[in-house]
Amino acid sequence: MANQLQQLLGQFLPEPFDWLVLTVLQIVALIICVILCVAYLTLAERKVIGYMQSRIGPNRVGPGGFLQPFADVIKLMLKEVIVPNRSNSFLFVVAPLLAIVPALATWAVIPLFPGFVIADINAGLLYVLALTSLGVYGILLAGWATNSKYALLGAMRSAAQIVAYEIAMGFALVGVLMASGSLNLGDIIEAQSGGVSNWFAIWLFPLFIVYFISGVAETNRAPFDVAEGESEIVAGFHVEYSGIAFAVFFLAEYANIILIAALTSVMFCGGWESPFAGWEFLQGTVFAVIANPSLAWFAVKIAFFLFCFLWFRATFPRYRYDQIMRLGWKIFIPVTIVWIVVECGMLLLKIGPWGTVL
Amino acid sequence: MLQTDVLNYGIAAAEIALAVGVCLVLVVDLFVRDKDRDITYLLSLAVLAVTAWLVAPIGMNGREVTFYGSFVVDPMSRVLKLFSLLTVAVVFLYSRKYLKERDLYKGEFFLLSLFALLGVFVLISANSLLTAFLGLELMSLSLYAMVAFNRDSPKAAEAAMKYFVLGAIASGVLLYGMSIIYGVTGSLQFDEIATSLAAGQSNYLSVLLGLAFILVGVAFKLGAVPFHMWLPDVYEGAPTSVTLFIATVPKLAGFAMAVRLLVEAMAPVAADWQSMMIVLALLSLGVGNIVAIAQTNIKRMLAYSTIAHVGFILIGFIAGSPMGLAASLFYSIIYVLMSAAAFGCIILLGTKEAEADQLDSFKGLNERSPWLAVMMLLVMASMIGIPPFAGFYAKWAVLSAIVERGEIWIAIVAVLFSVIGAFYYLRVIRMMYFDPPKRVSTDSDELVPIVAGFDVKLVFSLNALALLALGIFPNQLLALCTAAFM
Amino acid sequence: MAEQIIFYAFSCLLIIAALGVVVSRNPINAVMSLVLCFVTSAAIWLLLEAEFLAMILVLVYVGAVMVLFVFVVMMQDIESATLSARFAPNVWPGLVVGAISLAELLVVVWVRREGLPIAAVPEPHPADYSNTLELGKILYTQYVYAFELAAFLLLLAIVAAIVLTMRERPGLKKQNISQQVSVRKEDRVRVVKMEPESDA
Repeated sequence: MANQLQQLLGQFLPEPFDWLVLTVLQIVALIICVILCVAYLTLAERKVIGYMQSRIGPNRVGPGGFLQPFADVIKLMLKEVIVPNRSNSFLFVVAPLLAIVPALATWAVIPLFPGFVIADINAGLLYVLALTSLGVYGILLAGWATNSKYALLGAMRSAAQIVAYEIAMGFALVGVLMASGSLNLGDIIEAQSGGVSNWFAIWLFPLFIVYFISGVAETNRAPFDVAEGESEIVAGFHVEYSGIAFAVFFLAEYANIILIAALTSVMFCGGWESPFAGWEFLQGTVFAVIANPSLAWFAVKIAFFLFCFLWFRATFPRYRYDQIMRLGWKIFIPVTIVWIVVECGMLLLKIGPWGTVL
Repeated sequence: MLQTDVLNYGIAAAEIALAVGVCLVLVVDLFVRDKDRDITYLLSLAVLAVTAWLVAPIGMNGREVTFYGSFVVDPMSRVLKLFSLLTVAVVFLYSRKYLKERDLYKGEFFLLSLFALLGVFVLISANSLLTAFLGLELMSLSLYAMVAFNRDSPKAAEAAMKYFVLGAIASGVLLYGMSIIYGVTGSLQFDEIATSLAAGQSNYLSVLLGLAFILVGVAFKLGAVPFHMWLPDVYEGAPTSVTLFIATVPKLAGFAMAVRLLVEAMAPVAADWQSMMIVLALLSLGVGNIVAIAQTNIKRMLAYSTIAHVGFILIGFIAGSPMGLAASLFYSIIYVLMSAAAFGCIILLGTKEAEADQLDSFKGLNERSPWLAVMMLLVMASMIGIPPFAGFYAKWAVLSAIVERGEIWIAIVAVLFSVIGAFYYLRVIRMMYFDPPKRVSTDSDELVPIVAGFDVKLVFSLNALALLALGIFPNQLLALCTAAFM
Repeated sequence: MAEQIIFYAFSCLLIIAALGVVVSRNPINAVMSLVLCFVTSAAIWLLLEAEFLAMILVLVYVGAVMVLFVFVVMMQDIESATLSARFAPNVWPGLVVGAISLAELLVVVWVRREGLPIAAVPEPHPADYSNTLELGKILYTQYVYAFELAAFLLLLAIVAAIVLTMRERPGLKKQNISQQVSVRKEDRVRVVKMEPESDA
């Protein structure tokens, strides 16, 4: 599809520009998709948690509350952005942008369906790690620039938490890297082809769990949401943000959630691969289509992990700050290191789906 | 450049064993309760023993290289490693009582010592700028932490701070010199650097610049004047058992570093670094011996005495011949033994309430314990260089090497400063024998008792007697040192 | 052509950011300029096909080191007035050092212009060349000894840091987490059976 489009563009534009325009179009399309997903994730969150708490959730705007996200966005856009006195107004405005940019830019290397990725780079995994580690600046600067002690407290908590969990996350990805033998996300998905039994989630189960929980902590979601901690420090780092600036933070948080869900499915659950890929008897029946790799499988997996995020929020009480630190440093990091050693043994003995890597 | 047997792990067996031992001590100590800390102590000694057993057969017959030319074993590395193992063991034996009395008996002391020893080993066996630097940092970083080990002592914290800042600058200077040499010669390996320098294609001025920076780094680590400022403060501020460590093992490493960096890699420009070294050596002899006279704290006095001894070690390098290097090696080993004994005695006489770090603490030692006084007499006499003690042969070997080269004036200056230096050693002896000892209180006749376990006394006696024995029969050790440079 | 535009754009940005580090009066602005410096240098490294180093620069320096830096700077309340007061006596030595550095740079530029031998432009690698893989190969073969030693150095740094900072002070309030986690209902709640006190 992309090639056809490029040929079409090539008729109107000279050599390097057709590529440029095509890439920009792809980026815009992807970002619009992500933002729409964010909009409906907020609705899903309220609906899911509502049903879990025996409520209905928003149901007034549009059929079944379906237009609720747009109502929210319009409301936020019409509100005034108040910049507090004696705050650093430049950083105050820049902070939400610093939060949203890495959350969106990381999508560049995520392969959505076979043969489609915006930037097919060798060091994709490193790119993901590098960009996700940038997200913390938005929160830190927001907390500082606001010139409020609640905001600063939230920012401090968040920074310490993100630095702690980044290490566990990085180690978990080291396990993925070892298993796939590549830093390219497309290759990582290929390495898990051949049905659910080849998914790294099975073979690297502890790393999978650590990665996903660390992902929840990285995004400051419940039960790790001490950075917002509305019952202790009002709303944490974004306490003074209003209107569109708040909306951007909101967008960044949910874009990050979707990103973590997508990354978890790429790294551990085979991305666009089908779980039924190895099932020969499906061939020739109407069900053959479900054994094919496709965007649909990727979407299903992302949706599942997103549901988990909402599920956690509805069911777990908030961790205390020192417990978060303990979990990160004293439990997750040792677990990942131990499992990497175990994985080394499995690789050497050629146990598991990666017999050809070494 | 790539050799076929580039990864010969066998000849690095001692380093690997020591590294594993460090990890073992680290993990075991986690699960040891405070009252069972002896387990860590014994385990550390066991690690030393195993390492010694592995070191002994490696490198006896000539030079072997592994890890793509970054690691070398030769007779010299074997001698130095064996003696550093022995010294660390002696340090542990001395320190146990000292640390226990002062609530410092923690696994970290042994752990950091072993880390430092690993650094010393790496430095001794370094055959490239990269490994030399890593070994040096491994050693220095452990020493910084060890100096600050006693958290309740402001003096120790100050000493550690000074040591750390100056040490970091020295490392930076050394690294800068290394980078210049790497840039000029295009290689990190010592033998290749020597070949490239001998070919003489590199810019002489840049080589000289790099050489000067490297020499400054080496001089700092050895404590040669004018890069000695950290030494007295660190010796005084650190807990005595840490001072004991710093005064001994790192000197062997410093010797090895000078041999590897200057004698092996910089051989083609030997004339240049030797003329720079003459300045360092003479200044060290002068400042060390003269300033030591003014000290009232014996740890500071011994620090300046160290500086003076470093001057002697450098003279062997100035001689440059295999004989001169062998003499320097012999001197370093003897110096380490003397230094260990001297600081051992301070540990032995001190208690938590009354540290024996002032010269006054040695007053009337003869009345308190004639045997210990005789032993200390041996140590001091050896430091002066009176025959038939080991110190005499060490000085004699170094001086004869320099005389053989024809630089008689250096020998004369060295002897003159040694005579000046004899004064402050003799003062200790005078205090031990002719001054009245301190009493428990002014009106009672009771002497302050010496509380020290039998083990410390035994180690101290053996240590001091070894100086006498090596003075009477120096040939074996001298032959070992000579064989290292043949 | 495109590469040159990107290079000069990022270089200008890098210089502006570097100036920002030095010139800005607010420490947070200075630190953030430094962050921008790192990110821009990473981009320039990418142009040099050093993608591994570029990513690691962002990951380690921007993602971890500078975050802690910002953290510390935020904690301290630094008055910019006292800062500039302390800065003033150092102006002249600073200017001298700056002038020398500038002169050295100009000499290097002059040397280049005189056509003295300098390194040739390296051949660009094909698209499937992974310098992460190549770095890994060389690290685990030729430099394996130095690599392992560096690992030990880091272990030592951890141990040393813990030795120097962790100690039991009297009066320190601590939670025993395992005790907290292993607590059971019976330890905390007592169910008392009581007769009603009045039968009103």
